[in-house]
Amino acid sequence: MDWTLVLKSVIGLGGLGLILGLVLLVASLRLAVRVDQREQAARAALPGINCGACGYPGCDGYAAAVVAGKAPLDRCAPGGPPVATRLGEIMGQEVTPAAPQGAVLICRGGRTEAGQRFQYRGAADCRQAALLLGGPKACIYGCVGLGHCVQVCPFKAIAMGENGLPAIDPKKCTGCGKCVQECPKAVLRLIPRSKLVYLTCASHDKARAVRDVCKVGCIGCGLCVKNCSTNALKLEANLPVMDFARCIDCGICVHKCPTKSFVDRASGRPKASINPRCTGCEECIKVCRFKAIEGEPEQQHKVIADKCVGCGQCVPVCPAKAIDLIGALGHRSDAA
Amino acid sequence: MNPARIFIGAFLVNNILLMRFIGLCPFFGVSTSVNTSVGMSAAVLFVMLLAAWVSWLLYHLLLVPLGLVFLRTAVFILVIAALVQFVEMFLKKHARALYSALGIYLPLITTNCAILGVTFLNIDHKFSLLQATVFALGTAAGFALAIVLFAAIRERLDDAPITPALKGYPVAFIGASLVSLAFLGFSALFGIN
Repeated sequence: MDWTLVLKSVIGLGGLGLILGLVLLVASLRLAVRVDQREQAARAALPGINCGACGYPGCDGYAAAVVAGKAPLDRCAPGGPPVATRLGEIMGQEVTPAAPQGAVLICRGGRTEAGQRFQYRGAADCRQAALLLGGPKACIYGCVGLGHCVQVCPFKAIAMGENGLPAIDPKKCTGCGKCVQECPKAVLRLIPRSKLVYLTCASHDKARAVRDVCKVGCIGCGLCVKNCSTNALKLEANLPVMDFARCIDCGICVHKCPTKSFVDRASGRPKASINPRCTGCEECIKVCRFKAIEGEPEQQHKVIADKCVGCGQCVPVCPAKAIDLIGALGHRSDAA
Repeated sequence: MNPARIFIGAFLVNNILLMRFIGLCPFFGVSTSVNTSVGMSAAVLFVMLLAAWVSWLLYHLLLVPLGLVFLRTAVFILVIAALVQFVEMFLKKHARALYSALGIYLPLITTNCAILGVTFLNIDHKFSLLQATVFALGTAAGFALAIVLFAAIRERLDDAPITPALKGYPVAFIGASLVSLAFLGFSALFGIN
């Protein structure tokens, strides 16, 4: 056996490895780039899914912008308030995190509710379909239903329902807003997660035109606006617009709407109940929008359970404080 | 051998991805969009040239005189990996724009078989340093051509109505074999084997 060859190989290869290792060691010291430590900390605090909801190219970009003082600290939607607070600690600033939001579909005109104007046979992509005469759906404001949002959602929170409308899983949705940006019909919106009630129609058409194309479309009758207990609704171009800061989720609009265009996320609502302290002043009868309270003056009033929707309007007006909302406790926590 | 023949041979006739079937990982991995495949091609060009030079010099000036040619696989892997690490650090410090353009792709291509394949072919074909350079350029250009063409096809496949069973990689493999068949047409040209 040629031992010199073995020796040469070992020394040659080992020496080469050693030299290269040393060169790299020196290089890593000499060529080190100084990085702001806060940038690394900020990057580590972010979720790292690069969804782009903050408006920067990925988590790296956002971390750099935060440290440079160019970006607000509460922009990370998937991370939510915990990440904003953490970024605040890193940057030594106080943060008041925004209310967490979730995406909702504001169209309910699926295959059974809204017809098709023509058969679309092109690429199965909402954006392309929407370019062709506004898409195949009878209502040009409605969801195209080809599932572009399903594809873009970085969290797999959206699935295509059987009715041809996407269903958003509120537990998985982080409110990053990717689908909202991508939807060619703008029928996805971000609303506060705590809100129970929202309108699910985007049509600005007049009543007749809406009825022709969709069974559940808003006809712009304005009943919800008239009945809203806090003036949170306003009719703009045949469509009620909700001011979520004012809305108290009483649910009156849900029950007044003739086309059932509102969605109530609460799984159940309480009922009003009048106890014997009632003096029979009829204040509650006057305020009830659903004729759910009956009774003679000076006698204890009664709630008609079938008509009561649990909006709670009667509770504060009762001078004797004789009205309680009972049942469906904690329904407000049903919000996503 | 004529440099033009070497270039065309490496570029079309014996295209590294479609005829030699070397370096298929990036061919499928980063060919989802034209943008990333262009970035990858640039990184391949860069690393392939450097690797060809360094491995050629090392082989002829060190391994041959020492009689250690049988160690070339280990030596080339070692040297190319270290070289790319070094270049990455150098670019990060002194050429920030180039680093941010190539940055993520450089470490990806370091130990790719396409790179190693070119360094071996240079030696097997007994190329001179100039010929090795031309061969590396041609191979990198062929890599870029194949991967950018294929990425454009895959971008269109994304929007095409495809049976669910074939969606994603299955249809990409079928597409790749068809592209490869098309390149088979060049094999009647002159070339290097």
